[in-house]
Amino acid sequence: MSTQSEEPRTSEEVNYMTDTRPIAAGEIAPGCKKRDPIVVAENVTRSFGGINAVDVEYLEIPRHKITALIGPNGAGKTTLFNLLTGFDTPNSGKWQFEGNSLAGVSSYKVARMGMVRTFQLTKVMGKLTVMENMRLGASHQSGERLSKALFKGIWGGQEKKITEEANVLLAKFKLDAKKDDYAASLSGGQRKLLEMARSLMVQPKLVMLDEPMAGVNPALTQSLLDHIKNLKAEGMTVLFVEHDMHMVRHIADWVVVMAEGKIVAEGPPAEVMKNPAVIDAYLGAHHDVDLGDSEGIKELAAELVADKESIVGTENAGIISLDVVAAETDEPKGPGSDSPVRGRRSAEEPNRGEQPPSTAKDTE
Amino acid sequence: MRSTPRGLSQRRRGRLLKVVGAVFAAVAALLLIVAPASQATSPSPTPSPSATTFQNSISGFLRGDDRAPIADVTITAKKDDFTGTATSSANGSWTIGVPTQGTYVVELDESTLPEGIKLAEGQENPREVTFSQTSNLSVIFAFGEGIVVQQQDFGQNLINRLVAGLSFGLLLALASVGLSLIFGTTGLTNFAHGEMVTLGAVLVFAFNAMNLPFWLAIVLALLGGGLFGYVQDAGLWKPLRRRGTGLVPMMIVSIGLALAVRYVIQFFFGGATQQLPYAQSSEIQLGPISISPNNLWSLVISAVVIAILGIVLLKTRLGKATRAVADNPALAAASGIDVDSVIRIVWVTGGMLAALGGILWAYYRPGVTFDMGSQILLLIFAGVTLGGLGTVWGALIGSIIVGIFVELTTVFGLAADLKYVGALFIMIIVLLIRPQGILGRRERVG
Amino acid sequence: MDFGFIFSSAAGELFSPTTAAYALATLGLAVHFGYAGLLNFGQAGFMAVGAYGFAISTLTFGVPFFVGLLIAVVCSAIFALLLGIPTLRLRADYLAIVTIAAAEIVRYIVTTNQLTAITGSANGLAAFEGDFYAMNPFPPGSYMGMNNRDFFIRIVAWAVVALFCTLVWLLMRSPWGRVLKGIREDENAVRSLGKNVYAYKMQALIIGGVLGALAGMIFTLPRGAVQPANYGTELTFFLYTCLLLGGLGTVLGPVVGAMIFWVVLSLTQGILYGLIESGAITWLNTVQAGQLRYILVGVALMLLMIFRPQGVLGNKKELAFA
Repeated sequence: MSTQSEEPRTSEEVNYMTDTRPIAAGEIAPGCKKRDPIVVAENVTRSFGGINAVDVEYLEIPRHKITALIGPNGAGKTTLFNLLTGFDTPNSGKWQFEGNSLAGVSSYKVARMGMVRTFQLTKVMGKLTVMENMRLGASHQSGERLSKALFKGIWGGQEKKITEEANVLLAKFKLDAKKDDYAASLSGGQRKLLEMARSLMVQPKLVMLDEPMAGVNPALTQSLLDHIKNLKAEGMTVLFVEHDMHMVRHIADWVVVMAEGKIVAEGPPAEVMKNPAVIDAYLGAHHDVDLGDSEGIKELAAELVADKESIVGTENAGIISLDVVAAETDEPKGPGSDSPVRGRRSAEEPNRGEQPPSTAKDTE
Repeated sequence: MRSTPRGLSQRRRGRLLKVVGAVFAAVAALLLIVAPASQATSPSPTPSPSATTFQNSISGFLRGDDRAPIADVTITAKKDDFTGTATSSANGSWTIGVPTQGTYVVELDESTLPEGIKLAEGQENPREVTFSQTSNLSVIFAFGEGIVVQQQDFGQNLINRLVAGLSFGLLLALASVGLSLIFGTTGLTNFAHGEMVTLGAVLVFAFNAMNLPFWLAIVLALLGGGLFGYVQDAGLWKPLRRRGTGLVPMMIVSIGLALAVRYVIQFFFGGATQQLPYAQSSEIQLGPISISPNNLWSLVISAVVIAILGIVLLKTRLGKATRAVADNPALAAASGIDVDSVIRIVWVTGGMLAALGGILWAYYRPGVTFDMGSQILLLIFAGVTLGGLGTVWGALIGSIIVGIFVELTTVFGLAADLKYVGALFIMIIVLLIRPQGILGRRERVG
Repeated sequence: MDFGFIFSSAAGELFSPTTAAYALATLGLAVHFGYAGLLNFGQAGFMAVGAYGFAISTLTFGVPFFVGLLIAVVCSAIFALLLGIPTLRLRADYLAIVTIAAAEIVRYIVTTNQLTAITGSANGLAAFEGDFYAMNPFPPGSYMGMNNRDFFIRIVAWAVVALFCTLVWLLMRSPWGRVLKGIREDENAVRSLGKNVYAYKMQALIIGGVLGALAGMIFTLPRGAVQPANYGTELTFFLYTCLLLGGLGTVLGPVVGAMIFWVVLSLTQGILYGLIESGAITWLNTVQAGQLRYILVGVALMLLMIFRPQGVLGNKKELAFA
């Protein structure tokens, strides 16, 4: 799965994994212009009962990059997702995807344009088999039209092709052994994988993942991260919502921070995490630490444990999971790393000794 | 639930079966109290000798346009070489037993009609009638002038209908607020709510027939309504919630319950229309409004009860707990509210409110029948949906709108037998424009 | 008690046209609720639209049989469209309430005295089946104990049921059916995959509604009459009982369910009446025995939903809501 050998697909002959050209077109600031934006949103607002859930003045999502959308609970991340993908209608504003305005475009058309999302609460069809779930994602099956559905001759051939594509993807996501099982029998992490694999069946240009790591067994998170990186290698753009800044740091090329519906900061992960506005948004009082640094996180964790009033960073909040703090000391491998997660874990055992169990938030 | 060990789930199933059985036993027992009484005093259509020899019957009630029964009228039914004859009894009922289902020619002997009463214009006689699925076919003959065109002053009529509509709307609100509370706290769309309405009126009739004082009959009926709510929750809905049954299956279970209870009531109460005491009253003049005392009472009682309910919901601990459960049951449970007991209280209250609504509805129509509740069930739903599912004030406002609308449509020229159509139609239109109802909230996706 | 008679009349219900009509209407519900997850509580309305559409076009406009049939089908499709436009974007319980309300609106409209000239109001319409029986290829005589009319309507009714069972089966194994099953579980997920969920639901609503309309015609043809009282909300609930008896997401479930429903109803009626006539039961009269059966239907619906929601033929793993 080494990405170095991957052939660049676009005419620009760029390897997206090693492309180091600047992402921003000018100065890095909240709402700054990008060199090559895929999504542009302007003045998008949405209020629920008088509270502005989303109030985004200007946002561009860079093409062929992994962008992370972070922010505390209730910052409006999922609502922004819903607005961008047509699952909710903003009170005002305009937004476009590859130059096409999406205002008033219904969600299924947005998906057809190549902007495919997943959900925070994983939505797999538990009563369909894994394979049927995958086939459902295919976008060019003419048998899905009522006028042709009765005639297997018309759609049988396409079905075979779709099944082959699905088999390839399932093998990649290590779900091939489960393909004839009902999706309801999958574990939470496997469902996340299936949902992601299914969204790839649509052949999207932009993949939007809503908390892909939530509720996933820590053993699976690394392979999920690898899958996300592979999406970029294959020429897709990724936008994902995440709580855990540590995850973000390792795979995101660009980080957008939301708080109270607004974009409070954006930039490369290392810089954003030093930004006082971000620390304010996340932690309130504890802003004398550098969240981008493992030492800083440990320090903070200790501080939070000592602080009886804080619920941030404790088991329930899941912003910083302590076992990941421990894993941090091991320098992460390069992009496209395929090393088994287990090995890394066991190397950490001594360090993890007294750590509490996973704090991964189970949203299901 | 998926991972429940088999043995445990079977034991649960057994327990559930037992409680479901208990519900039916309770319902049956409740109605058994009713049965002898209603049979003793009610002039229900006792099958004439000819009727018992045949499985099928043609029957009906003869009533003048003043709703007074017409006795001693001869009616014959003919098919091929079969001829059956019956004479209407003191309460206007008549039954002719017939050997087979099929199409019969029914003729009313107009020479036996009492003086001054004649068939309505356009009333076919003799007429052809055909059996459908049921073994009893009811035939109605219309008397008098038919639908009399009101020659009342339009403004006068408008005010009268407005007040009548308000009265009707408030009695609907009694039922729909209960339905809405139940929906809010448990998520259940209860199709058996109509039967809870019927039960109130039927119980008053039964207790009254047992020669209990009128006020006691009403109190007992309200308690019976509350008890029915309690038994339903404890015996059926709570075990189903425990099992994690989905909302759609629960809705279908409620339909089964509605069918079962409706026919249990009919089983004991019979298919006839009965009157509660003091059902007949002439209209009184109240300033510019003419209203029947019963409607006035109904209006006042429902307004007072709803006001009390509102105060309880807004001011008391219990009310706050109820609203908290309706808002988010899990959170409410986590903050120390006993969700089950709140739901139990909601069911009991809902049952009592529905029973009261049923009693008032029996006076409004007027008359008690086994399906009187299911007749207004859709109007109750319309009220609740108009206001927004699960919101108490929405249910109140929605019901009043439905009540007034039903009464006003007749003023604006819609035929009386289409007046419910208008209300249902309005509900559909409102859903088209504002899907979440007048006071409802929109939900976030994903 | 004459058990021979009781059993033979119960067996007669197996293939009666009414059973066929119930099977077809339930198949429509299976498309709505079993496959697409649409909680249609107004199937009786679709049946009424079919029956009245056919009867009125035959009696009032004097059109030939097949034109009447076409009109009935088109009417039910339009009815489905009208219902679907406001409700298919709403939650399941709203759809349930709106469809049941719409079915009642249809019933009130065909019952009103304002339209007696067209609908016959409460008495309904009769004598519109002549064209149908004129097509009877069977000469008068006895066919398996039936006259040629009864035999003909049975053949036609069950041929129609078989045809539509096949069509629905073909549809449900196609990618179209797969999208529908996906919608049943989570329409937002299907939407996120670029499928026009609204259009699929509308198509399903129309297909199930047309099946309901055809069932309404099959229901009225042997009776030679259509009356509004037959199309109350109870009819829909009986259809749901059939559906749950047979199995929700299955093609043959509705057929099996309708057969069980009618055979059991006939058996209980026969046995109860037999017991009453023989004096074994004195606490019931025949009218109450009829009501007792409906109590049983209600109880059966509850127990089925609680304890065996997948029905006789269904697969519990595929039940979308269990």
